This record gives sequence, C-alpha cells and structure tokens, in this order.
Amino acid sequence: MNPILKIALVGNPNSGKSTLFNVLTGLNQKTGNFPGVTVDKKTGTTKLSNEGGQTIPAFIIDLPGTYSLQPKSIDEEVACEILKNKNNPDYPDKIVVVVDATNLKRHLFLVTQLIELELPVIIALNMIDQAGSLNTKAKIDLLSERLGIPVIPVSARKQIGIDSLKKTMASQVIPSSKKFVSPDTNPAAESIERYNSISVLVNDIIQQNDNNDKPTITQRLDKILTHRIWGFVIFLVVLFFIFQSIFYIASFPMKWIEEMFLHFSEWGRLYLPKGELTELLINGVLAGLSGVVVFVPQIALLFGFIGILEDTGYMARVSFIMDRVMRKFGLNGRSVIPLISGVACAVPAIMSARTISNWKERLVTILITPLMSCSARLPVYTLLISLIFPNGKSMGFFNIEGLVLLSMYLIGFLAALAAALTMKFIIKNREKSYFIMELPVYRSPRWNNVLYTIYEKVKIFLLDAGKVIIAVSIILWVLSSHAPSGKFEKIEKQHEQDLATNHPTNVAAEKLKASYAGILGKAIEPAIAPLGFDWKIGIALITSFAAREVFVGTMATIYSVGDTKNTQSIREKMMAEKNPVTGNPVYSKATGLSLMIFFAFAMQCMSTLAVVKRETKSWKWPVVQFVYMGCMAYGASFIVYTLFKI
Amino acid sequence: MKLGEKAIIDSFTDQEMSLKLLEMGCAPGEIVKIKHIAPLGDPIAISVSGYLLSLRKKEASTVLVKPLPED
Repeated sequence: MNPILKIALVGNPNSGKSTLFNVLTGLNQKTGNFPGVTVDKKTGTTKLSNEGGQTIPAFIIDLPGTYSLQPKSIDEEVACEILKNKNNPDYPDKIVVVVDATNLKRHLFLVTQLIELELPVIIALNMIDQAGSLNTKAKIDLLSERLGIPVIPVSARKQIGIDSLKKTMASQVIPSSKKFVSPDTNPAAESIERYNSISVLVNDIIQQNDNNDKPTITQRLDKILTHRIWGFVIFLVVLFFIFQSIFYIASFPMKWIEEMFLHFSEWGRLYLPKGELTELLINGVLAGLSGVVVFVPQIALLFGFIGILEDTGYMARVSFIMDRVMRKFGLNGRSVIPLISGVACAVPAIMSARTISNWKERLVTILITPLMSCSARLPVYTLLISLIFPNGKSMGFFNIEGLVLLSMYLIGFLAALAAALTMKFIIKNREKSYFIMELPVYRSPRWNNVLYTIYEKVKIFLLDAGKVIIAVSIILWVLSSHAPSGKFEKIEKQHEQDLATNHPTNVAAEKLKASYAGILGKAIEPAIAPLGFDWKIGIALITSFAAREVFVGTMATIYSVGDTKNTQSIREKMMAEKNPVTGNPVYSKATGLSLMIFFAFAMQCMSTLAVVKRETKSWKWPVVQFVYMGCMAYGASFIVYTLFKI
Repeated sequence: MKLGEKAIIDSFTDQEMSLKLLEMGCAPGEIVKIKHIAPLGDPIAISVSGYLLSLRKKEASTVLVKPLPED
C-alpha cells in the first residue's frame, strides 16, 4: 500500500476548488473566476492531523473542474480517467468534493456520481457564509445523513472550517452505499432521474426560492456591462486603459532592464579577460538574457490585468458579448483576449489562450495570434516608414506615416481573421464547440491569486521560453562572429593597410559579410531577390528570427559599426544605400513596402515558437505556424514588390 | 421566449446537448428566465437553478419549454 494518503480535490469549475487547494497546500496556483481555468494537473502536499493528534502527510491532486463524470472536454476527461481507473498512478484514496453551498442542486449532480464510484467522499460545503438558511447544523447533518457521507461547512476564501476539514480528511471515511439512479438506463434518462433524486433531497433540506427576482448587484452590473451599446463601449475603454498601462508603465522597467544589461556588458568588457569566452558571454548569453528579461514587465502587467478581469468575473462577460463575432471565424468568445493581447506581445497572449476549453478553437487562436502586430514590430515599421516616406507628406489632418502604420496594424488583424477562417475548414475538430458557460457572480478580485498568476506566468516564460531564446541568441552570435578560417584576419590586414592610405573600410560590416551569417545571407539572396531584398536584408532576416526588433540592431551593425565619425543615422545610411547594379536606391518604395509586409506576416520570433511548443505540447504546431506564416509572408511580399516595382 | 420571460424546461431535442445542459443544471421542471441577450443577438444568458448560464441560441433551441402554470 502507498504510505502517503492520496486525496483528489474534485468540483465544478468556479466552486472555489482552486482557492481551497491553495489554502490546504500553501502551494499557490491560479484561481480564476472563469470557468475551466485549471487545465494542467496541480498537485501539492499538506500535513493533516487525525483525532489522536498524529500527523499524516497527504498528497493532494487538484483535478480539472468538471460538471459531471460524463466527460465533454479534454479537461473533464483527465479528471474522469483518474477517478475511474484504479490502475492510474493518481487514483485517489479519498475524494474531497468542493460544493458551492449557494448552488447546491447543480453541484450535487457531480457529488452523487462520485458517491457511486464507491470511493470515500467528503463534501467541503464551500461559501457557507453566503448560504443563508442552509447554514445551520441541523440542515448540514441532514444533508450528510441523506448522502451517507461527511459534509464539512467551509469558506475557502475566509478560511473557515479548514481545520475540521483536515481532520475529516485524516480520519477513516466509509464509502456511502447510496445509489441515486437505477442501473442500465441511457445517459440522458439517467441524468433526469438523478436530478429528480436530487430535487427531492434538496427540497427536503431547503426551501427553493428560485422566484426571487430582487435584482442583485451582479444583475444590475450585467444590465450595463452586457448592454447593446455600453457593453462594447466599456469593453473598449477597459482595453484602452489596459494597453495604455502596458505600454506606458512597462516602458520604465523595460528601460531599466536594458540599462542594467548594458552596464553588465560594459562591466564585463572592462573587467573580464578579453577572449572568445567573454565575447560569447557578453554578445551571446547576456544579449539573449536581456532579450528575455525585457519582456517580463509587459507579461507581468498583462497577466495582472487579465487575472483581475478573470477573478472579478468580467472576462466571462467579454466572451459573452464577443462570441457571435468570433464564431464566424471558427473562434470562440474567449479568443478575444489572446488576440487583443497579441498587439502587445504574442507570448503572454498565447499563454492566455488557455481559458478556451475547446481544443480546436484554442489551437486556431494560438496559431493566428502572432499575426497581430506586436510591439516588437513597431521599431521595424517606424524605421521603414521613415525610409519610404522621407518627407512626411501630410494629407490635411492626417500624416501619411501614421496612416501607413495604422494600415499595418489593420493588415495584421485582417490576416489573422483570414487565417482563422481558412483553418476553420482545415483543422479537424476533436470535440463539439459549446458556449454553454457559467456567468459567475461578480466578486472583488483576490489579490493573492492575481499575484500568484503573475508569478506563475513570469516563471513559465523565463524558464521555458528563456532557454530557447538564449540558445538561439548564442547560435546567432556564433554565426555572425565566426567565419571560415583566415577570412577575418584578411579583413583586419586589409583594414590596417587602408588605415595607412586613409581610406578605412568598415571592418565590422566587412566581417559580418564574411561571417557564416553573411554567407547564409548571400546563400538565401537568390530566394529573397524576388521580394526585392539583398543579402544584407537577408542577414537581418536571419538574425531577426530570434526577435523582430533585432532587425534594427542588425541593420545598425551592418551599416554603421565601423563608422568612427558617426555622422549619419542608420536611416540616412540606409537611404543612401544604392544598388550596385542599377544604381537605384536599395530602399525603394517597393522594397520597403515588401519588407514591411514580410515583417507583418512572417513568424520571426523564437519566444513565440517556444511558447507555442509549450502550450500545444508538441513541435508540430510551431512548425506548422512557422511554415504557414512564412509562406504567407513570402507570397504577400512578392505580390507587393511586383506591384510597386514598376 | 422573449427577454425577461419565464418558462419551465420540458424536454430536449438533442441527446448530446441535453447531457451537457443537464449537468449544468437545466433539468426538466426547472424554471428558466432569459436575463440578458448579447449585443449582437447571440448568445443569451438565462437564469437557471440559481445562477446565470450563457449559451448560444442554437444550443438553447434544443431545449423545449412550456409556460409557467397560472397561479
């Protein structure tokens, strides 16, 4: 026999199960006010003490929220498999089922099914402080007697009754022999029969007052928040506020982080011995690290806000008002938040797609989210727009740069919807799409849970995505700082000669050209020439695969590092760049537009791919995403270049 | 059914959907009331067995209801 007591925590979504799990284990995890938020298996340990004062360690599994033991979603399947299969390593010794005392009837549906599994079941009658007339010892005892199992009144939020629950968990619990349905009936008939048994039981305990029409705070709020006009207005205001905060507030810590890493690398250059290892450390590892850490403020803020919206119950309303629109594109009302968050950064956006319970809808959301123009594209767009429209021509009130930028965002959004529509027909659905969802009562957010959400998401990002980003940064560094033997020495020799003749060549740029990255750039030049790109852009495309904003940095390296006078900005240098064959400017309108379209569509973000791999648990989907977005980018750029070339 | 209207659940027309609805508390005999309709006309929110449930019209159409008995 297993020496450690295994206890499964079971309950409907939104029953307060996760909060109870946090209270019991102290090992906090996410508790949203949004049905079905617990997707992964959560486990923890706790110490129980029995009647004799003995301490018993217990292993607690927080199973995904489920409404019944007839699984309808993958989450519910996980829960059912563990509870029904005696050979499952997680098969519990006891079940604690969390029941919302304010909604007894619906929750008892699951309870009666659990009792019939003939496992020891304990009811944690949660939110007892709001249960009104049910909250008397006589009624709770009656409930316990009728079900044949212990019923412990608790309030996970206010930490009432936890000790008594722990004691019961430690003691011997005899499985109830009660049956609520007759065997061998079809599932629907069985469910109806089950409800009839429950109705009889519940009516004996409490008087039903379903006809209570006194408007509650929730009802009054819903009148406004799901209103035809105000619903959308308020949603837009909330979004606007969130994005302003993300861009504005996060810009300060992001600047500090960048400065801090600059200091580190300066310090490293000063005090570390010169050599390969130091270079790798500074330009490979440190640069990669800074590229990861710099996203943390945005991720923390976005998930802080999402956590608050979920915990208060507003998120369910957003899904409610948006479902109709999103459904047309094979998505779900719950796809709204990931898509909108994608404007800031696809990484946290994809992580937030977890609240979508239907696998296909979630997958499509994940696959299209990177098409939303994220903040990393912004520096690329601004640079290129200023190249193509140098004079800032204005058309009355609007200036053309602003309009172009706006259209880039629109193009991204429309492309995302188009991609969703296409995938709607390609990807097979594993389960039926439902929008049968509880709209939870509005509550004030539980700040602890919000903080833990932030902590958990940042940790996931740093550990999982961080590893990949750093690895790619190192590879890129190796590629761009190494060359086939002898090449760099030649350039340096040439440089010394040139210094003597007063015609210094650009060493760094020459080196980059000779490096493996440069060779790669040259190698892909034939492939990208139809798009109007030369090999220098090719290098930048390769390096910007790590992250889009690297493009600007690479351009800076290619064009200006060797320039000691530093008189021209990158923009001016790129503008002056001439095609050696035709003598025309390299950054013509056609090339510039084609390049912008390429950036709008191409999947040039290692972090996103790493997160997609993590969220879909396979390499298949990030690869699919990379390929489809790459093809789209190539095709669109080709069309744009061909059209504008003339 | 119109916004604000009440009725009693009678039966279901879709076996698979009925299972889902049943476990969410929509059992025959329960009183349902349409509480909200989403701005674009779909989905709707109903109150059933003491809480608010949102569902699409297509899903709601599999539920047959009968009028409340006159009191």
